[in-house]
Amino acid sequence: MPSVKMPKKSTATDMTPFVDVAFLILSFFMLATKFKPPEPVEITTPNSVSTKALPENDAILVTLDSAGRVYFSMQAEKDPMLKYTVIKNMNDTRQLGLTEAEMKNFVKTTSVGVPFSQLKQLLAIPAEDQRNVKQAGIPIKDSASNELTYWIRDAVNAFASSQKKINYLIKGDNNAKYPQFKEILNSFKRNDIYKFQLITAVEDVPAGTELSKERAGQGVKK
Amino acid sequence: MASIEEGGGDSHKKGRGVKKAKRLSTRVDMTPMVDLGFLLITFFIFTTTMSTPSTMDLFMPKDTNKDEDQNKAKESGALTIMLGKNNVVYYYEGQLAPDAANFKTSNFKDIRAEIISKRKDVIATHQHDASCEKTWAKYNGDKNSCLDRDFVVVIKPDPDATYKNTVDILDEMTINGVKRFAMVDLFPQELELIQKTEGTYVAPPAAAAPAK
Repeated sequence: MPSVKMPKKSTATDMTPFVDVAFLILSFFMLATKFKPPEPVEITTPNSVSTKALPENDAILVTLDSAGRVYFSMQAEKDPMLKYTVIKNMNDTRQLGLTEAEMKNFVKTTSVGVPFSQLKQLLAIPAEDQRNVKQAGIPIKDSASNELTYWIRDAVNAFASSQKKINYLIKGDNNAKYPQFKEILNSFKRNDIYKFQLITAVEDVPAGTELSKERAGQGVKK
Repeated sequence: MASIEEGGGDSHKKGRGVKKAKRLSTRVDMTPMVDLGFLLITFFIFTTTMSTPSTMDLFMPKDTNKDEDQNKAKESGALTIMLGKNNVVYYYEGQLAPDAANFKTSNFKDIRAEIISKRKDVIATHQHDASCEKTWAKYNGDKNSCLDRDFVVVIKPDPDATYKNTVDILDEMTINGVKRFAMVDLFPQELELIQKTEGTYVAPPAAAAPAK
């Protein structure tokens, strides 16, 4: 008996367009991504209406975490020798007893958050593994043991020799307390630095305020 | 379609006894590739930093002990804002009264209205003089540049204030166009007042904001 054969339909769908889309998205993210710089601690910055962009390079960054610990870092990717100058000078003036390898390691280290007494210990660890180490924070409490002042001084001197304009960045956590922030400001002030940039996340300007009027006015002029 | 034609080309006849070679499909299973693709996508989504941080400028004055170098604020135009525990804001206008009658409690939402109304007051009571003309010339005839010149906000964060509070109040200065503000330490009697106010707090702290 001849019977009508039903054409067998395959249940396997053609995945190709799916793959196309997936890889399109993938390539977008690969190109658009900028990796988060490794940080010793997670910092949630406060919001502000400021829209000024964060300077990428040539900056001294002081980080204040929620527990009040202070970290120091130099952003000098274009000239790693600057960081070497700083640590070498620091080693000589404070008798830290660092080896050449440890000083080289400092160049790779993103941020330092230990007192001078523990610096050798920290730099003995390879730069990639340092983030797993719990750092105690740079002492800032009183003027006698304010080590942040020395860090800033040496970094400023190193940058000064390279004739670059530097930015002083302060990155604080929402829950950090004001007294620590004030001590950081004091450390900068002792080095005759009075202009800072606080790292914040962008926030909308509330409607109907002076600033919103001002910005709206600028928009019209343009 | 991106699928590849199967077989084909091999058209010469085979002998009767020769078994037909089993045709292998050239179709590839794409599923693992898709899996991998999406795995990478998720990875990149999570590692990427989308929101670019901005910076806020902060200029601090040089510390000075010399009396003549200190900026004097007119009492009438001064608004002192103190930042306390748990995002509470205290403020008073002019000088702190000996009985602390003008010491008020507020929060970060309501302080904006206070700043704006104080600024309006200062502008309303502005006394015109010759130096104003120069200021106007400097700011291209912007009258507010001179009218609110006596308006000074003094920010005094207490030891329990957080960094977020500090940034928020500095931001408030930008938002409300306050040109003159200073960040200084609390006077002992102010700290005492704040602590007394906070001492009256019963848990939860939100319920305790006294209506003055």
